[in-house]
Amino acid sequence: MSSKKTIPHSEVATRFNKDVERVNWHDETLWFVREKRDKAAHQIPDWELLRETASQIKHNVLSNIHDYLIEFEENAQKNGITVHWAADAKEHNEIVHAIMAKHDVKQMVKSKSMLTEECHLNDYLAEKGIEVIDSDLGEFIVQLRKEPPSHIVLPAIHLKKEDVSETFHEHLGTEKGNFNPQYLTESARQTLRDTFLTRKVALTGVNFAVAETGEFVVCTNEGNADMGAHLADVHIACMGFEKLIPQRKHLGVFLRLLARSATGQPITTFSSHFKKPRDGQEMHIVIVDNGRSTQLGREDFRNSLKCIRCGACMNTCPVYRRSGGHSYHNAVAGPIGSILAPNLDMSKNADLPFASTLCGSCTNVCPVKIDIHDQLYKWRQVLVKEGHTPAAKTVAMKTMATVLANPTIFNLAGKSGRFMMKNVPAAVNNKMNKWYDQREMPAVPEESFREWYKKNSRESKAKDNEQ
Amino acid sequence: MSSKAEILKKIKQNQPDFVTDLPDLEVLGSENPNVLETYKTVLKNIGGESVEVADYNEIIDFLKNNYALEKRIITTIPELAEVAALDWKNDDPHTLQNVELAIVKGHFGVAENSAIWVTDDILGQRVAPFIAQYLAIIVNKNDILPMMHQAYKRIGNLEYGFGTFIAGPSKTADIEQSLVLGAHGARGLIVFLLD
Repeated sequence: MSSKKTIPHSEVATRFNKDVERVNWHDETLWFVREKRDKAAHQIPDWELLRETASQIKHNVLSNIHDYLIEFEENAQKNGITVHWAADAKEHNEIVHAIMAKHDVKQMVKSKSMLTEECHLNDYLAEKGIEVIDSDLGEFIVQLRKEPPSHIVLPAIHLKKEDVSETFHEHLGTEKGNFNPQYLTESARQTLRDTFLTRKVALTGVNFAVAETGEFVVCTNEGNADMGAHLADVHIACMGFEKLIPQRKHLGVFLRLLARSATGQPITTFSSHFKKPRDGQEMHIVIVDNGRSTQLGREDFRNSLKCIRCGACMNTCPVYRRSGGHSYHNAVAGPIGSILAPNLDMSKNADLPFASTLCGSCTNVCPVKIDIHDQLYKWRQVLVKEGHTPAAKTVAMKTMATVLANPTIFNLAGKSGRFMMKNVPAAVNNKMNKWYDQREMPAVPEESFREWYKKNSRESKAKDNEQ
Repeated sequence: MSSKAEILKKIKQNQPDFVTDLPDLEVLGSENPNVLETYKTVLKNIGGESVEVADYNEIIDFLKNNYALEKRIITTIPELAEVAALDWKNDDPHTLQNVELAIVKGHFGVAENSAIWVTDDILGQRVAPFIAQYLAIIVNKNDILPMMHQAYKRIGNLEYGFGTFIAGPSKTADIEQSLVLGAHGARGLIVFLLD
């Protein structure tokens, strides 16, 4: 994955938009999830207070994370959990592999973990001859299709039931042409039940880790994290260090917000608190940095570490809904992913902060009140300054800056623009002009606002009256 | 330097200089809904079923009338010995794979999301509520709390190895957002609300 050349967001989005009917369907499906979120949020009179409280808790975490991490490790160790620290993706993958190797196990069942996507763990383990099966239904589907998830909460949201049916027919031998979601889910249940019963090592993500108690919480609707963890001899949980919260009681705030923001459910079906391994079981936690401490030092962007991965910003984003998760070439797509990705690799992800209209809808739905659209805007400044944007864009921006800074040039540019559009429309209505993509240029006004104002302002009217 | 030391050093350098205060949680969760009615409504909306019962005999009658008793039924509650096995708690968890119905006791329920809090000491085995085809949880009507804030107050600093909130049956909407009950865990959840 990482070795492949990155195709810019706009290019993949253009391809995605060729199938109009499908794009409309994708757009509407995600908007439907956004509406469910609204309905759930509006039922809570304290909703805004909850968001503010969650944001403040996370603010406290970011300002004291050094001490919380030490407290968490101490308590987790007291609970009988082995704690590992990984500076980057490579070390994370090596730690996980070393645990597998120690037990001489070649198969793993994994529940959803965006961190392992970020670290490309599956590819790494495959090279070492270890088979990983993703057990979340959506992830299972995209894994069979050799695709990355397109959404952090709804990994297969880009697929239609016909696609899933085709994939399952090929890999699981389900009836050809049976598109019934009930039937398809049941067949995955049967297949994965066997997986759960035979795997010795289970890996899960972490939604929240509690410094005060050394426990961690994993939320699923399917029960797949629990099926894997409670049947395996070894449970490995991987977390970015920003998953920490100070105290157990703070879970009350986050569990009220998470599922409502994600899918409009009042809570996920299972919110499992893992504190100690069960008798005879081994439990590991891998705490991962992978660029997070750098982001913590970027004052303008550190709030992105408050993210609880609900996906609300994606569901509401007009660009995400009409470009699809794969266009973001990053484990976390959408608005929040576009803030996180440049921190990981500025030049590879320089296109992402521009994949936004800056409408601010993401910021309005974020359960921990991250100023997402402001950060997207700020990333643009950084990326242009550091020379990561395409030359054409840089030249255009510089030209625009000159024009806007000088009234005489501005006037002249406006006049000549109107003249060209009126008399030589082909000079503007062509493929070179990105504004002409999928839209007609507006009719040419007879005069500019400035010219109109000169004639109609109070002063000029007064002058007219004097005469 | 170890990765741990390196990460912590970098964090210390980069985290904001001043520690901000934690917010007051006491201001949250003061609404007082009709907890029992809210609980039942929310549970129904998320695909679960509630049955109000006066005592364990009524639960046994209900189970006799609604479940195939010849299939494997397990419980941790001695009062239900007539309809369910009690001798499985020390077995290999994998042997629970053919369980049709697991019946456990819950510590308390939460009205706003219909979740029930269970811990390993009352589950018998951690995997029991997940691996069974169907799940039944018994909870006292007096033990329904309004919101998650009260739930964590009740949990306090109690000790457990594993605990989970269970809200409704296992479910997925990963295929075209069509809701399907019974993803990997229980296909159905029945909550007995005990007087």
